[in-house]
Amino acid sequence: MNTYLYIAVMALTTYAIRVLPLTLIRKPIKSTFLRSFLYYVPYVTLAVMTFPAILTATDSPMIGGLAMLVGIVSAWLGMGLLPVSLLCCGTVLALQFLI
Amino acid sequence: MNQKKFLEGLRDGLPIALGYLAVSFGIGISCHAAGITALQGFLMSLFNNASAGEYGGITVITENAGVWMMVLMTLIINARYMLMSCALSQKLSPDTPLGVRMLIGFDVTDEVFGIAIAQEGLLNVWYFIGAMCAAIPGWSLGTLFGALAGNVLPVWAMNGFSVMLYGMFLAIIMPEGKKNRVVLGCIGVSFVLSGLAARLLPMLSGGMRILLLTIFISAAAAILFPRESPDVDTENASGKEAHAA
Repeated sequence: MNTYLYIAVMALTTYAIRVLPLTLIRKPIKSTFLRSFLYYVPYVTLAVMTFPAILTATDSPMIGGLAMLVGIVSAWLGMGLLPVSLLCCGTVLALQFLI
Repeated sequence: MNQKKFLEGLRDGLPIALGYLAVSFGIGISCHAAGITALQGFLMSLFNNASAGEYGGITVITENAGVWMMVLMTLIINARYMLMSCALSQKLSPDTPLGVRMLIGFDVTDEVFGIAIAQEGLLNVWYFIGAMCAAIPGWSLGTLFGALAGNVLPVWAMNGFSVMLYGMFLAIIMPEGKKNRVVLGCIGVSFVLSGLAARLLPMLSGGMRILLLTIFISAAAAILFPRESPDVDTENASGKEAHAA
């Protein structure tokens, strides 16, 4: 299927999610289950997206795995978005030349 | 037009735009790896303004998984914006025109929502529009640059850039996991089940695996560990600096 069509479908769906509560619904979400579900979704989905995909992002699963480890530790230590990602990138670049 | 509020929004949106530039550069790299052109990546970001949602969408496009898979994936991964828009609708003056509501609905992201909800009293829509004017170019141009970089960079450099996005994902989820044990548990379970599913269920496409595990694990966590606090407003406002779109 055409990529532009995919992008249009994606954009319309995203827009509907954002704009409906501002225009038609205009009420807070009361359901505890729904609120909790929506709270957990980003953390779960980003974790699922990261692993095991990071293992195949480079030429070697080991390098990818080590980059992930560096990312987890540096993020745990409180480093920001950019420093963590640069460290992951640096890990890959350095290991590629070492191995 | 309220010029003062517009400029305030623009000023607060600038740091957001710089952060976006880096994250969406990673999205652009993913686009390139998936065979999506720079123009397509630019348009995707311009009209979506969502990192996890776009990454999910890229998976669907790569696997050519069909329109309904795209709708479902986007719906689930971006569903949290509904929560933010609901909170935002309480912060708008009731007589805000429909057209203005439709305009600001275009860019309800974690960060723009965060600074908007942190405003005192009712939200002046010009503040929001100012923030949009910084955030949207940051996000879409970053994707464009990332996808273009994919065309000129050698493989060893691309390998490094391709893990940057995952690094940012980790930087978003780990701080919350440190604060909240349930989230930490969710992250751990997600890693393990995702790894197992990829290995043991190779017939499951990557997109389907992301979708099913997201629904399954988030629903299980919501049932086992429901969140009592109904105060989504303050919760999101406090996380404004760390979250990605």
